[in-house]
Amino acid sequence: MSASLETPAASVPMQQTNRRAGKLRRGVRSLLKSKTGTLGLLIIVAITFMAVFAGQLAPQDPAKQNVAQRLKPPMWLEGGKPDFPLGTDNLGRDILSRIIYGSQVSLLVGICSVIIAGLIGVFLGLVSGYFGGWIDMVIMRIVDAFLAIPNILFTLVILSVLGPGLVTLILVLGITNWTNYARIVRGEVLSIKERDFVRAARSVGARDARIIFTHILPNVVSSFIVISTLSVATTIILEASLSFLGLGIQPPTVSWGGMLSDGRDYVATSWWIATFPGLAITLTVLGIIFLGDWLRDVLDPRMKQNGK
Amino acid sequence: MNQTRKSAQPLLEVKGLKKYFPFKRGPFSRQVGHVRAVDGLDFTVYRGETLGIVGESGCGKSTAGQLIMQLLEPTEGEIWFEGRNLSALSKEEVRRTRRDLQIIFQDPYSSLNPRMRVADIIAEPLKVHGLHKGAELTQRVAELLHLVGLGEHHLHRHPHEFSGGQRQRIGIARALALNPKLIICDEPVSALDVSIQSQILNLLKKLQKELQLTYIFIAHGLPAVKHISDRIAVMYLGKIVELADRDSLFANPLHPYTQALLAAVPVPDPTKRKERIILQGDLPNPANPPAGCHFHTRCPHVQEICRSKPPVLQSHAEGHLVSCHFPVHEKVPD
Repeated sequence: MSASLETPAASVPMQQTNRRAGKLRRGVRSLLKSKTGTLGLLIIVAITFMAVFAGQLAPQDPAKQNVAQRLKPPMWLEGGKPDFPLGTDNLGRDILSRIIYGSQVSLLVGICSVIIAGLIGVFLGLVSGYFGGWIDMVIMRIVDAFLAIPNILFTLVILSVLGPGLVTLILVLGITNWTNYARIVRGEVLSIKERDFVRAARSVGARDARIIFTHILPNVVSSFIVISTLSVATTIILEASLSFLGLGIQPPTVSWGGMLSDGRDYVATSWWIATFPGLAITLTVLGIIFLGDWLRDVLDPRMKQNGK
Repeated sequence: MNQTRKSAQPLLEVKGLKKYFPFKRGPFSRQVGHVRAVDGLDFTVYRGETLGIVGESGCGKSTAGQLIMQLLEPTEGEIWFEGRNLSALSKEEVRRTRRDLQIIFQDPYSSLNPRMRVADIIAEPLKVHGLHKGAELTQRVAELLHLVGLGEHHLHRHPHEFSGGQRQRIGIARALALNPKLIICDEPVSALDVSIQSQILNLLKKLQKELQLTYIFIAHGLPAVKHISDRIAVMYLGKIVELADRDSLFANPLHPYTQALLAAVPVPDPTKRKERIILQGDLPNPANPPAGCHFHTRCPHVQEICRSKPPVLQSHAEGHLVSCHFPVHEKVPD
C-alpha cells in the first residue's frame, strides 16, 4: 500500500510555521460558516460590550428614582417618553439603563459560578471515574448528599448565614451546582478509560496524571460544554429567584433577576418592567447556547473536517 | 530450527500465570465466583522468535497479553522478562521496563486518541520517557512514520482521516518508538480488510527482521498465525492445550481441539475434501469449567478418565507439548 496513493490531497506538505495561523483562520472561517455560531458570538460580544461600557452606554443613572415618572411605558407606546426608551419601573427608574447595568451582574454571576462549578465537578468526576474504588465511592456519596438537599434550600441557608453579596453568591452557586458535572464526567470517564488508547498510553509508560489530562480530559470536553452552556442559563435564573427572595444581589446594585422580581407585581398593568429583563436573560442564554454548540463542534477534530 | 532455538536465549518466561476476575451479584455485591480467564499458563518466548497464541473468543489469549504487558495484575504466577520478575518490580520500575515491552491492539479505531494528531501520538512514548527533545524528536517521529510506510505529510492529521490499515500502521509506529525488544500483537489484523491484512503482516515481518524484534502474536484462527509464527500455542479455556513448532503443529496436530481448528480452515481446492470435525456445543462457562479435562464436553474422543482427571501439558515429541490423555495420533480404543 502506498500511503500517498490513499490520500492524494496530502501531497502538499503543510508547513509547520503556517499551522498556527492556519488553525486560527480555519476557526474563524468555520465560525462564519455556522450561522447560529456567528449569531451566538454577536450576542455575547454585544452583551459583554454592554457590561463593560455600561457607564458610557446607559442614558440614565440606573438607581435614580423619579416618582413623577413612575410606570411610564416604552417610548413607542402612548404616554412613553424618549428619555426612557423602554419605560420606567414602579420607582420611576429607567429600565434600559437598568438592563445595561444589570448585564454586569448577570454575566458575572452566570459565568463565574459555572466556571467554579465546572472546575470542581470536572476534576472530581475525572478522579472518581479514573481511580474508581473507594475514592469513587466517597465522591459519589458526597454527590448523592448534595442531590438529596434541594439546591435552593441549600443556597438559602448558606446565604442567610454568610449574608448576601456578589462574591458569596458566585461561590455558593458554584458550590451547589458541581454535582451535575461530576456525575456526567464520571460516566464518560468510565467508558473512555476502557478504550484501547488509554491502555496504549499506559503501555508506553504514561503516568496517571498524563493519562487523565491529555487523554481523557480532551474527550470529555464536549459534554462539559453542553452542560455548562445550559447551566449558565439556569444560574442566571437561579440568581433571579434568589434576588426575588431577597438573598441575591442587594439594591442598589442592579441584576436582571432582581428586575424580574420587581416587575412581578406589575405584570398585569405595566408589563414592560418584567418583560425586558426577561428578554435580556433569554437572549443571553440563547447566545451562550449557540456559541457552546459551535465550540463543541469546532473542538472535535472529526467535525472540523466535515465542515470543510 | 529447533537447534537454533536451543542455543537461543529465553526473553520472556511465564510461569503458572493465572488471572481470575471476580464477579459480584446481588444487592450487596457479594462475590459469587470468579471467571478463570487465564488458568495456569507456562511458556517461554525466545529472542527473535514469534510465538503465536491461538484460541477462540473468551479463551483468555488477550488477557494473557495484557497480563504480560502489566496492564492487568495477575492473580497468581510470575512473568520473567530478561531475568527479572516483573510482578516483583515497583510501579516506577515497571514504567521503565515498558520501554522494552510494547503492544499493538486489535481495534485501530479505539487504540488511537481521536483528539490527538499523529505526530503527538507517535511522540508520546518518547516524551513520557524524556528520550528526545525538539528537532531530534520531530526527526525521530518522521523516521518512525517512514518505517511503517507512512509519510511526513501525515504528521499533522487526526486519526479519523486515516483508513483502518493506516491507523494500524500508526499504532505500530507508536509501539516501535521506544525500540522495544518484545511486542505483543493482540490480533493486529483481525479488524482489517483481508487485502490489508497481508500488508500489515508483511510489515510486521519486515520490521522483525530489521529491528530484531520478538513477537507474541495473538489470533483467533490458525491461518492468521501460520505465516508469521515460529511456534504456536493453542489455548482453550485459559490453558494451553498444545504448544509446538509451526510445522509440526500443522503436520501432526496431537490435541483433538487443534485438529478441529485445523479442520475448520477452508482449503481453496474443491477436489481436496477434508474430513471435517465439527465440535458439539459451546465453549463452557469459564466461571465454572468442566471437571477433568476442560475440553471433555466437546471432545469427539472423550473417555471416562477425561471427565475426572485433568491432563498435564507434557512433552510428546521434541518440542511438541500437548495436554491430552489420548493424543490423537494414538488411536483411541473403541
